[in-house]
Amino acid sequence: MATAEDTVIGTVRGLVKSYPAGRARRGAPAAPAVRATDEVDLDIRRGEIFGLLGPNGAGKTTLVRQLTGLMRPDAGRIELFGHDLVRHPERAARLLAYLGQESTALDELTVALAAETTGRLRGLDPRTARAERDAVLEELGLTALAARPLKKLSGGQRRLACFAAALVGDRPLLILDEPTTGMDPVARRAVWAAVDRRRAERGTTVLLVTHNVIEAETVLDRVAVLEAGRVIACDTPAGLKSLVGDEVRVDLVWRDQPPLDAPEVAALRPRAQEAGRRWSLRLAPAEARAAVAAVTGGPAFAALDDFTLATPSLEDVYLALGGGQAKGLVKG
Amino acid sequence: MTTVSGSAVSAQTAADQAGTLPGARRGAGREPEARAQAAPLAPRARLLPALSAVYRAQLSRARVARIPLLFVATFQSIGIMILMRGVVSGGEDARAVVAGSSVLVVAFVALNLLAQYFGQLRAGGGLDHYATLPVPPAAVVLGAAGAYASFTVPGTAFTAVAGSVLFKLPLAHLWVLAGVVPLAGAALSGLGAALGLLAPRPELATLGGQLGMSAALLLGVLPASHLPAPIDWARDLLPSTYGVEALAHSFDARPDWLLVAADLGVCAAVGVLSLALATWAYRRAAVR
Repeated sequence: MATAEDTVIGTVRGLVKSYPAGRARRGAPAAPAVRATDEVDLDIRRGEIFGLLGPNGAGKTTLVRQLTGLMRPDAGRIELFGHDLVRHPERAARLLAYLGQESTALDELTVALAAETTGRLRGLDPRTARAERDAVLEELGLTALAARPLKKLSGGQRRLACFAAALVGDRPLLILDEPTTGMDPVARRAVWAAVDRRRAERGTTVLLVTHNVIEAETVLDRVAVLEAGRVIACDTPAGLKSLVGDEVRVDLVWRDQPPLDAPEVAALRPRAQEAGRRWSLRLAPAEARAAVAAVTGGPAFAALDDFTLATPSLEDVYLALGGGQAKGLVKG
Repeated sequence: MTTVSGSAVSAQTAADQAGTLPGARRGAGREPEARAQAAPLAPRARLLPALSAVYRAQLSRARVARIPLLFVATFQSIGIMILMRGVVSGGEDARAVVAGSSVLVVAFVALNLLAQYFGQLRAGGGLDHYATLPVPPAAVVLGAAGAYASFTVPGTAFTAVAGSVLFKLPLAHLWVLAGVVPLAGAALSGLGAALGLLAPRPELATLGGQLGMSAALLLGVLPASHLPAPIDWARDLLPSTYGVEALAHSFDARPDWLLVAADLGVCAAVGVLSLALATWAYRRAAVR
């Protein structure tokens, strides 16, 4: 991104957080101890949208809870804007705004009061809180819903109202945990437009938690891929994709059973990841052309429902890096 | 880990408490790369403005969610008084019944409902919202406790007036409620908040709140002179008792104001302690 400066505003070094082993109860075996954050190192630069990508259970939320001062790490160092947050976790609230996944605290308030109260609690005086509330609701297209309680709204609207509350009371860092969950495309566009405006005008930095690979590819400047509490890669989306080389992805969807009697189809099978009627293959471009020609030209075509040929996505990167649970990632 | 000299820590803490952290003041022995450009911190929300913001937000919740429950609290107390009218003829017993039923509204809302609220807020991750805002813990606890105590005002006043009419007690000194509701409210909502924030699971918070309210019902409404000694001691331990006593004394033809003031003083002291406990419990629950 042209706007991104190279000043590092956040560093994480050797961060470790373990959950102790659970005791065995009747009917449930003992849960082993889990390292939810395992020696994590990160650098976050001013003005960028930095992503944490990984399936559920990869440790994204645990990492974010430590960055926001909600959870104390077992070991390691977190510095944001020159402040040591392991030693002073209470300073996080004065440096960043956090949009968590839960809205329980705001559910019974109206959209307007949720935004205004959050602004007051960020230290704004009443007049500024009201002015910022009105501006943010207008910016996000929520003015018509201002008098409605959050719990009467749809999931996506409620999420947008919580995002509005996170924006009232300017902070140089926004930490957003899956902000667009359940939103329609209009609301999503409003979120990213609001984020872009703050980056352009104030150099706001965004840390985005997501398991949506399409969103990650379109909005992130850099992304750390998490797997079982570890960062297995960290680069720009394009840089990560170049790790996979120039392999392309071929998806074949069969009408019913794959025609294994056709030798060219049988030859592809060992390299395919099968999910129901869908086969996914990662192939060199020449191989991919040959495979597509074979299945679309020969008798196998009768059994083919659909096929796609695509350049690698972050999902392919995740698989190529040895990520075990790509099914936890969402496309679209 | 960073190594910091003691004097540097105190200098930084002092600067921090002043609301700003000047980037230029750096103690010796710090890591240069990370410390060179410490950004100014946004101001904290101060106690009273934050308290009033939380209080206002909590009060608004009554419109959305709490009104049916407030009616339940009042109906329960009115029902108990009507039942007791068949048993109690008048005099000291009638005063105890009316005072107990009135304070029961406070126990229902401030103790029981607030314990449930904080229990659910804690279990549902709602505390994260407050914990990631620069707001003093006391503002969150006092704001919520104050709002729940305020919820009890109409129900308590209505119960006290209806009871006085029902049992033909003098209405002249019912202004004592102006002291009883906030002070008993503080004591009971502090207990409710502490219960909700300390209970490891929301069901236990609900259970604790219900038990507390049941105790207030049994020990507050039944006239003290009929109770066996051990239960009488339990009655003395329950903070709502002192609210009940203060209100009961005010029904006397010539109330002993010293006694009323002493009872309210106990409520106030318990209120301070229980709200301090709840604030500590909030801190503990917010950061794990």
